[in-house]
Amino acid sequence: MTQKNKQAYWKENLRLIAICLAIWFIVSYGFGILLVEPLNTISIGGYKLGFWFAQQGSIIVFLFIIVFYTVMMNKLDRKYKIKEG
Amino acid sequence: MDLQFLTYSIVGLSFALYIGIAIWARASNTSEFYIAGGNVHPVANGMATAADWMSAASFISMAGLIAFNGYGASVFLMGWTGGYVLLALLIAPYMRKFGKYTVPEFIGERFYSKTARIVAVICLIFASITYVIGQMKGIGVAFSRFLETSYEMGLFIGMGIVFIYAVLGGMKGITYTQIAQYVILIFAYTMTAIFISLQLTGNPIPQLGLGSAMADGTYLLDKLDQVIVDLGFMQYTTQTMGNTLNMFMFTLSLMIGTAGLPHVIIRFFTVPTVADARATAGWALLFIAVLYTTAPAVGAMARLNLMNTIQTGEVGTEDGNLVYEERPQWFKNWEITGLLKFEDKNDDGRIQYYNDQNEEFAAKAEAEYGWKGNEMVKVDRDIIVLANPEIANLPNWVIALIVAGGLAAALSTAAGLLLAIASAISHDLLRGVFTPNMSEKSELMAGRLAMGGAIAVAGYLGLHPPGFAAGTVAIAFGLAASSIFPALMMGIFMKNINRTAAITGMIAGLTITLLYVFQHKGLFFIPGTAFLGDMEANWFLGISPNAFGSVGAIVNFAVAILVSKITAPTPDHIKRMVDDIRVPS
Repeated sequence: MTQKNKQAYWKENLRLIAICLAIWFIVSYGFGILLVEPLNTISIGGYKLGFWFAQQGSIIVFLFIIVFYTVMMNKLDRKYKIKEG
Repeated sequence: MDLQFLTYSIVGLSFALYIGIAIWARASNTSEFYIAGGNVHPVANGMATAADWMSAASFISMAGLIAFNGYGASVFLMGWTGGYVLLALLIAPYMRKFGKYTVPEFIGERFYSKTARIVAVICLIFASITYVIGQMKGIGVAFSRFLETSYEMGLFIGMGIVFIYAVLGGMKGITYTQIAQYVILIFAYTMTAIFISLQLTGNPIPQLGLGSAMADGTYLLDKLDQVIVDLGFMQYTTQTMGNTLNMFMFTLSLMIGTAGLPHVIIRFFTVPTVADARATAGWALLFIAVLYTTAPAVGAMARLNLMNTIQTGEVGTEDGNLVYEERPQWFKNWEITGLLKFEDKNDDGRIQYYNDQNEEFAAKAEAEYGWKGNEMVKVDRDIIVLANPEIANLPNWVIALIVAGGLAAALSTAAGLLLAIASAISHDLLRGVFTPNMSEKSELMAGRLAMGGAIAVAGYLGLHPPGFAAGTVAIAFGLAASSIFPALMMGIFMKNINRTAAITGMIAGLTITLLYVFQHKGLFFIPGTAFLGDMEANWFLGISPNAFGSVGAIVNFAVAILVSKITAPTPDHIKRMVDDIRVPS
């Protein structure tokens, strides 16, 4: 891979990381901690929403973030014709 | 069937399985010993990572923490899972691309410094030893409570089992036993949770059961809130752990601590490609989430069961409380261990369990009900998971399974930690610093000896726990968060951080974290050596010592960036190495 391509790959990777970490921050620190009180006024079944995000929702979203990142990075690897192993 | 016999059989079978795997998966070279030959499938590795990660604390203590801290315990749930996002995005792929054996090795090469490598080794050993003592204690306690051996005997048996598969098989043996241990521990944990969820809500899925209504039509969480508020406790769903800043920093410390723990990171060295390292993080979190989303249901349901067992009727009525002589068998069993203690303060022969720290409620209880203080003088939170099957009247084989599951959780984490310690000694200190010319064969032997030595030290400290053993969260996560995580981040993402910057940063971060912890908890946790009492009023901005690792990390970053501006720039060949680890090939 050329030096230029390496830098382009890295830039795209950093952009993806930024998006993923923004979601990571919003669901845990945002919904689970900073905004927990207003969200608790909303109920889903027997769960207060803020409480749900703190004890269930954030973990489920974390999982989706990793899956999304993994899929997107595999795509990026193909775009830059990276073949490992 | 007899519980004792069942427990012996199930635990015995699981141990036989681990030994079988040890004989099958022996390590024949250093690559197999350190990284299982580097060809573990990502699904298998995800499962092994999950077992490696979920310790006796996750299995036994976490549901208890949730039961008694309600919403406040969310810091553990988010902190110990959110770290996997950081591992997947910021650490695992690059560590795998670097493609060596240990975390200090990366730090040493990236910062072209043996000193940096040694600082990392010291952090690693101190953090891992603290962590491993907890596992050893868990093994001893499980044996002494359920198999009626002495604590020492239980500990020796646990050490023996780990010795066989870790010394023989190294990372290879550990990987395959961890997979077996994951299956056992997750089956035991979810099985109990499903039974209890069914009993209370009719919903077999605990994650949904927690949000469901009970037989009388009220939602379980609303019911729990009401039952404990009626007894003067804080409302379950809104009870916090310190102020909002503390919750925030605590969660952050646990997340970056998780992402900086060497025994977790080395698991990512064992897969063939960078893509597999990313996939491992996803599979690991999936397997971990099964337990971590079940734990809140276990905690809440156990708390409700416990309260309902004791407060049998309306609060304040004459026959509203359980008569002590009529207490259930599990209550008696746990009284023997001393983890549950009752004291009849008002001599009425009944048990009053309420929050007497709540002055308003305590005054009312004394004036109107004749209660003279909380009579459940000790309810150890660790009994929640272990006593759960008994409280819910589940069959004996479920109890036996919980014991095997708890032992699997403790053994799998202990083995991972011991490998991290052994490889830091044989690979980083001996091969890397002191005897660089040693042959591969003697390094393998050194690895096995270091492993044996580490097990002996861990066993000794399990028998004679030093004060700092109580500080797993503060010390292990604090050190990983304040020294190792920032060093890895800057190593990968900031090329201009040079040798001097990294070393001063690490030392600044860990010094401030340890000083803060020692200031409030005593020098090395020795009682009486604390400068300030460990209470919220004395904490800096209300941040508890357990939550201070994230502050240490910020200091580490700040110092390193500052120092890098006034010292010689990173050499070009190191910059090329960083470019190289950033892109798979």
